[in-house]
Amino acid sequence: MKQNQVKTMLQVENLSVNYGDFQAIQGVSLVIPEGSIVSIIGSNGAGKSTLLNTIMGINKPREGSITFENQLISGMPTNKIVAAGVTMSPEGSHVFENMTVLDNLLMGSYLPHLRANKEKQLEKVFSLFPVLKEKSNQLSTFLSGGQRQMLALGRAIMTGPKLLLCDEISLGLAPVVIKDIYVKLKEINQEGITIVLVEQDVTRSLKNSDYSYVMLKGKIAMQGESSQLNQEEVTDAYFGMNQYA
Amino acid sequence: MLQSLVNGILLGGLYAIIGIGMSLVFGIMRLTNLAHGDLMILATYTTLTIVTSVTGNLWIAVAATILVMVALGFLIQNFLVNRVLDKGSEPALLVTFGVSIFISNFLLKVFGADNKIIQNSLASKNVISTEHLSISAMYLFSFLVGIAVILSLHYIMQKTYFGRSIRATSCDRMAAELNGVNTKRTFSYAMMVAMVTAAIAGVLVGSTFVFYPSSGTQYLIIAFGVVVIGGMGSLVGTLVGGIVLGVAQLMGGHIFGSAYQMLSGYIVLLLILAIRPNGLLSVGARK
Repeated sequence: MKQNQVKTMLQVENLSVNYGDFQAIQGVSLVIPEGSIVSIIGSNGAGKSTLLNTIMGINKPREGSITFENQLISGMPTNKIVAAGVTMSPEGSHVFENMTVLDNLLMGSYLPHLRANKEKQLEKVFSLFPVLKEKSNQLSTFLSGGQRQMLALGRAIMTGPKLLLCDEISLGLAPVVIKDIYVKLKEINQEGITIVLVEQDVTRSLKNSDYSYVMLKGKIAMQGESSQLNQEEVTDAYFGMNQYA
Repeated sequence: MLQSLVNGILLGGLYAIIGIGMSLVFGIMRLTNLAHGDLMILATYTTLTIVTSVTGNLWIAVAATILVMVALGFLIQNFLVNRVLDKGSEPALLVTFGVSIFISNFLLKVFGADNKIIQNSLASKNVISTEHLSISAMYLFSFLVGIAVILSLHYIMQKTYFGRSIRATSCDRMAAELNGVNTKRTFSYAMMVAMVTAAIAGVLVGSTFVFYPSSGTQYLIIAFGVVVIGGMGSLVGTLVGGIVLGVAQLMGGHIFGSAYQMLSGYIVLLLILAIRPNGLLSVGARK
């Protein structure tokens, strides 16, 4: 298996998360190898976003541990996890609408150790998404949906992450825009940033990742190398129609 | 007529600096700080105490007051407000109400109910003094300080990492955390900045008008008026709000008699609310 040969970047062990009495995640374990693109596939309410939010410290786990580069990060506040090298492009982009595109990107270099390098990082983001350079002095509230998503990704890259979590970055976008963003995602990955991709679209997930996990009702229902997984079996696991759970 | 207009504009600068701390705190944590007026008057009494019993130099007293207020702002935010802020805005509102009652009664106990004023050389001087128009040096000074404070805050908010982190936190707390901002600490910093403005406002008010331990409420209402007219969370709006309220009060007083001064100010406030419910220059009207 691939993750035995490569260094492990993130390890989630036996993770459970509750919202009150509701068990959003039950005993999830997964491994993210360094340099890979790992996708987490599942329907609405399967626990994908909860999983990412818990890795980022936004939700607190009831049980289990999350380790990033041999450092226990579960229980740490979000801003410390970001400083350690993990960040997320959240579902619905969450750009700062009261700020210009440039100020949004500069927020990504907020942490003191990133500020000296901000010009270089900005250039990297602008070459990845030239449209952000064109609109750099506009308020981000006037951007289109695709541009917002690019801004959210650009802002995340500004934090100089080793691991980038992408929560539903294609949600509500036109197919041509989605295709473009996924091309950029590959480029980001080739720069050495490990990526976790959360998606509802099975085909797109399998096509754009090295390894995939399928989540169903808060549990891992199926996993495997993306090229080896059979799309029909994945779709069955997605809807809970087989015995893998 | 001209006199009332000019005085109204100058008074507006003072009103703006009274409102700005409240606007800042509301903008970033959606908290209505009911203790804002009392904290301001606490700063006034602090300056008075230092200037009469420690040093005769007003500038040193003002600097010391700012330090005291910043420390107090940190304590209030860190040990009172931050603890309840996650439970929604109502508990935090009640905390500030408690702080307000505590401060006004503390001042009453320590200083008594007599009126006081901070003596200074500007109070009795006029910059311009003609038959038709006289401009008080203190009013002009307050106005200029108000403008200077707003311009500096505007610069800090737009051009520094500190300012951007405050704006980011006020827009989207989770996204700010995802960029490495410790948002609870940012709340404390914002409260400390608000306390700097409250200290300056307190000194200006105490040098211009007489004050009592209960004066805080009166200035809280002015701060509300300024912030509501200008739009919550907008710096430029605060200046506009201050001037609109100042002019409305003094022009109303001039036309209908001074008994109607306060009333005319708040009639204009209601009219503006009816036409533009979010204030003249509102930034975040989503919530």
